[in-house]
Amino acid sequence: MCPEVIHKDADAARAANLRDYEQACRSFSWQRARAELAGMPGGGLNIAFEAVDRHVEQGRGEKVALRCVGRDDSVLNITYGQLAAQSAQFANVLKALGVGRSDRVFTLLGRCPQLYAVALGTLKNGSVLCPLFAAFGPEPVRQRMQLGDAKVLVTNEALYMRRVEANRGRLPGLEHVVLVGPVAGEHPGTMRYDEAMAAADDRFATVPTDPQDMALLHFTSGTTGTPKGAVHVHEAVVAHYATAGFALDLHPDDVYWCTADPGWVTGTSYGIIAPLARGATMVVDEGEFDARRWYRILAEQRVSVWYTAPTAIRMLMRATPQAGPDELPGRFDLSALRFIASVGEPLNPRAVLWGRDVLGLPVHDNWWQTETGAIMIANFAACEIRPGSMGRVLPGVEAAVLARGEDGRVLLDAQGRVTVLDAGAEGELALRPGWPSMFRGYLHDDARYAACFADGWYLTGDLVSRDRDGWFWFVGRGDDVIKSAGHLIGPFEVESALMEHPAVAEAGVIGRPDPVAGEVVKALVSLKIGFAAGPDLEAELLAFARRRLGPAVAPREIAFDQNLPKTRSGKIMRRVLRARERGLPEGDVSTMEDLRS
Amino acid sequence: MTRDEALDLVRDAIRRIVPDADFTALGLDDPYRDALELDSLDFLTLVETVTKRTGVRIDEDDYPKLTTLSAFADFLTQNAAR
Repeated sequence: MCPEVIHKDADAARAANLRDYEQACRSFSWQRARAELAGMPGGGLNIAFEAVDRHVEQGRGEKVALRCVGRDDSVLNITYGQLAAQSAQFANVLKALGVGRSDRVFTLLGRCPQLYAVALGTLKNGSVLCPLFAAFGPEPVRQRMQLGDAKVLVTNEALYMRRVEANRGRLPGLEHVVLVGPVAGEHPGTMRYDEAMAAADDRFATVPTDPQDMALLHFTSGTTGTPKGAVHVHEAVVAHYATAGFALDLHPDDVYWCTADPGWVTGTSYGIIAPLARGATMVVDEGEFDARRWYRILAEQRVSVWYTAPTAIRMLMRATPQAGPDELPGRFDLSALRFIASVGEPLNPRAVLWGRDVLGLPVHDNWWQTETGAIMIANFAACEIRPGSMGRVLPGVEAAVLARGEDGRVLLDAQGRVTVLDAGAEGELALRPGWPSMFRGYLHDDARYAACFADGWYLTGDLVSRDRDGWFWFVGRGDDVIKSAGHLIGPFEVESALMEHPAVAEAGVIGRPDPVAGEVVKALVSLKIGFAAGPDLEAELLAFARRRLGPAVAPREIAFDQNLPKTRSGKIMRRVLRARERGLPEGDVSTMEDLRS
Repeated sequence: MTRDEALDLVRDAIRRIVPDADFTALGLDDPYRDALELDSLDFLTLVETVTKRTGVRIDEDDYPKLTTLSAFADFLTQNAAR
């Protein structure tokens, strides 16, 4: 299965947080991990307290928490003490607005310094943080704010005008909009971040939230229906802390860079909470991907631990191929870099080896998802890497591969029991609930939450196999969800947007394999009578979808097909569309409507 | 290739990604990626399209020279001539 195992030397093992994998798996407990954090009076636990205040109380207030690299390459250092003060100010802003415990505060921002004060201030106030990705269009933004009961939105003027203002009337629950940065125009119903912060005290008694209080709301996509708001609680910080030690080998003296945007779960769990909880210095890059810029940041900021995504690594590979002149990284001093990890979609073995040969370090792939809140399976610093594998379970995590029935779902016997498969067999990856960052529900959607469990297992929806030594290997998704550039995209959301166009009768949306992004979103549409397929309509539909959904979700290709494959009940068979796209056999189509009859 | 031809070509390549891109509101010296919300995959597609149509090789090192429409057009005219 793996072309070449990458072995580690003994020195690497000695310096790692996780020195002896088997021993750690035997001795680890989440209770003991919890004891490494401070906690709050009365048994309280608050993510922001562990991430910021704790370090200040323990005399580390002068240490740099954030090193914010601007688009113009300017660098702004923010110490733990300053971050504590700024987040306290924002908590006071919320309090003054009457925003309280469990109220939802949404962010729609780029990776600007203010985002971190807002995120942590929200948690200090006992409110719930729901970060949105700035490349979401107006529709995904509105829908998520509606589903998540947004009471406050923190954004900037440009994003407010592009994404929110036109829909404000449809969001009656949205009481406050706070605009970060310069504001040129008049926007009724908004307030300025700078003014509110200037008037706010920089001391705030962090709310001693219960470990089971809701802290974070992350939207994710399923095959059908609206996006799902995965609920995470303050106790999740125990898993963020522990897993960043094990899977990212993060130490307090590290300069750490997570390239994920906080609008996605990776950018919150490992781009805000985990590195701060471990007391590291974190690089925040406001700019977009650019190979030369990224190498420059790695070099100039002396990044030692780097957590990025397969798509980004594949883009770097294009810029600096293994066989070509590897000048780009050679021109930058990457000597501080000691550990690289990646998450988002399976990392191909070639990318792991490219890291070793071109950057001088192999890439450690790991696996988790929005619902798990933290890394569950990983290749570790002190352990061999099997390129192409997701790695092994983290200490404290129990995983199994479950048999699936003909309908593609996990097979249950008459007593409702699952069948755990042996090594080598393909099935659905399942996890035994009990780790602290496990999601506690989908907001307002108990039925879909319940459907994620069977016989005491959480069903991940990912198909995998496990080898005899415990390494997991990704096979594919068990459903129709699309993974593009590490982001999960629900086909239903895209189809619904396309169906709003007067020309579209039906739409089926799939992932088209892409060498860089893993998959890109492709839509197949059938047209209503009176509309003609052609380049003009194709362009119109692309533009229409992009305006509504934004670049992160919108299809990048549209094709016309008047005979979309459907079940007899009229449901579009995305599975068949996917098979056609890949030139594979269409599989069992016995339930398919015969279009020629 | 004249500069105007190069400009048209770049605009046309962008329109393949953002078909309703409003170039009247965008100055030739404005950074178009932000204004038109091209993400990194979009930008990669743009570079590939332009390369395919012009035969001009565009390396990663050249990307900083492609931040505005006029800079992109200048780059193409200079390099196509070689």
